[in-house]
Amino acid sequence: MRAYKPKDNVQAKAYYTDRFYVSPQVPKSPVESDEIFAKDLEAIKANFTVLDAYIQVEQMVVYINPQDNFKVLKLLRDECEYTQLSEMSAIDWLATRGGFEIFYQMLSMNKRKRIRIKMFINKGESVNSVEKLFRSADWSEREMFDMFGIEANGHPFMKRILMPYDWQGFPLLKTYPLQGDEFAAWYEVDKIYGKEARDIIGPELRDSAKVDRYDSERFARLGYEVPKGTVITGNEPKNEENYQEEGGVFMIKKFDKKDSVVVDDPQR
Amino acid sequence: MQVTNRLNPFFENITFDREDNEMILNFGPQHPSAHGQLRLMLHLQQEQITKAHPDIGYLHRGMEKMAENMIYNEFMPTTDRMDYIASSSNNYGFALAVEKLIGLEVPRRAKVIRMMLLEINRLMSHLFWLATTALDIGAMTVFLFAFREREYLMDIIEGYCGARLTHAAIRIGGVPLDIQDTFISQLKTFLDKLPQNIKDYEDLLDTNRIWLMRMEDVGTISKEMALSWGCTGPMLRASGVAWDIRKEEPYELYDEVEFRVPYSDKGDNFARYRIYMEEMRESAKILHQTIDMYEKCVKDNQTELMAHAPKYISAPKLDIMTQNYSLMQHFVLVTQGMRPPVGEVYVVTESPKGELGFFINSQGGPYPYRLKLRAPSFWHTGILTDLLPGHYIPDVVSIIGTTNIVFGEVDR
Repeated sequence: MRAYKPKDNVQAKAYYTDRFYVSPQVPKSPVESDEIFAKDLEAIKANFTVLDAYIQVEQMVVYINPQDNFKVLKLLRDECEYTQLSEMSAIDWLATRGGFEIFYQMLSMNKRKRIRIKMFINKGESVNSVEKLFRSADWSEREMFDMFGIEANGHPFMKRILMPYDWQGFPLLKTYPLQGDEFAAWYEVDKIYGKEARDIIGPELRDSAKVDRYDSERFARLGYEVPKGTVITGNEPKNEENYQEEGGVFMIKKFDKKDSVVVDDPQR
Repeated sequence: MQVTNRLNPFFENITFDREDNEMILNFGPQHPSAHGQLRLMLHLQQEQITKAHPDIGYLHRGMEKMAENMIYNEFMPTTDRMDYIASSSNNYGFALAVEKLIGLEVPRRAKVIRMMLLEINRLMSHLFWLATTALDIGAMTVFLFAFREREYLMDIIEGYCGARLTHAAIRIGGVPLDIQDTFISQLKTFLDKLPQNIKDYEDLLDTNRIWLMRMEDVGTISKEMALSWGCTGPMLRASGVAWDIRKEEPYELYDEVEFRVPYSDKGDNFARYRIYMEEMRESAKILHQTIDMYEKCVKDNQTELMAHAPKYISAPKLDIMTQNYSLMQHFVLVTQGMRPPVGEVYVVTESPKGELGFFINSQGGPYPYRLKLRAPSFWHTGILTDLLPGHYIPDVVSIIGTTNIVFGEVDR
């Protein structure tokens, strides 16, 4: 059977994968192997359900239920000395598991330990804001909302932070294309000039590598030079430029375009 | 009255005569002392700020999205554009994260070179900070002095990697090149002059009445506030927490070098200024030690610069050009990209601005499934919400200056 590949994932994909290749895993070790982490985990386990816990790359990862997040972080801050919330964000698992994984990266300076609290929420669910515990979550949660559309309950100012306030779509979803969607292409034209100017201006080009050989305003045409601004409507003269010298180089065959097959399809 | 239409919107920065006499001042995003693209909406009672609302995103390029669409090595030059004042430290943070994910051990010589680059970057960043902040306050001389010294460092870096600002000088698994012949001598010349240079800046600033008035007891961040807002680096150390990742969770060879972690319990602008100055001295100290370490590497004939891991890292150029298998590996690694193991890492390094973290979730593919960049400046900008109220308009400039925010990093 073929491996399942979500159809609406528009991110770059490996063009070749060995179907028998099994990826190695970053080693995980049990929490009991570290005294300090074991104590912290016990403190969490005493009051909350822990779905999974292990140590990976020197940091403990604890999976909890999403409704417990505020209380778990409060416990960690007040009783386990995890005084800083370094980072928090989400991971998009919509296609395979139908939801998001949210992680809170915490630091204890007294213990010199870092732990990661993780939880899974289903699509459309919101999370409890931890902004009352850590002010840093104020901006992190806004960023998470901006990028994934996950709302935080009880947040004082749940607005977009990096994208414009009237943006549509959530850029870090796997279904959102890298170059932006339809809305992104017309965003600035619509906003500044109005929809009626769409035909005159055209959509915004967000592909920085785009080359249009019929656009003589912006692109030079090696071999087919025309004055700037010339309107090209097919019927180009066939004056093929030769870049290989006549005498030739030792061992290298001269390229003859007529006798060669040129594959035009870049996706061949 | 202005005629408004879509092209000429009615856009007035200042609103007068509201009922409560509150004025809303729009500061930036093109203000010269906004250090990039910071927009601040300030609610004012007379000259005093009652509410501050930082607005960011004017330099947002979606680096996390880009990372999901790039192979690991391809993303390296993009990290340059985060903290573009000290770009090697971003390169390094990313390289270290991927190395931890794979479980690579980097050769010692590469480690020493990396430490040199990191500390040079720290000096460059701190000098730049001093120059721009002093300029914001009005101390033009310090600006010119500090930029002169920074220029020497940029020349050294240029000699190493060919670029002055966006270095891309570090690779996953090591460094691409050995340092050039003139590197050590140039660096030594610079380091010989540096103590006197720092003393010059201090002579100009430490007892300068204007500088003291703008710095002392302005922008005081308490320890609790700094911790709660996720402040790191000099911002945290100025607020009484002696936390330096180089010391506490050492990476590379920072556990072999001797340096102090300057900190202050004052928390104000002046404390931050003092910490930057002291850190420059400490960086110089580290650089002196790395020069000795490098010379020892040369003496011991440790020539390896890249880790040996054929599954992930291309072989040295000589092998690629002479051995078929190395060439094949190289081809696969360039066209398809390396495929790190399935797993997650969050790796932090002490960048000049603070804790620079890279969170990578790998699903075993050549593209990271999720990459989160934890840039220190993001929270150092956020703290302005709580820090600015109560201060006066001129303080805004000095506070933004000492928070040392770089917008490439805030917006990513």
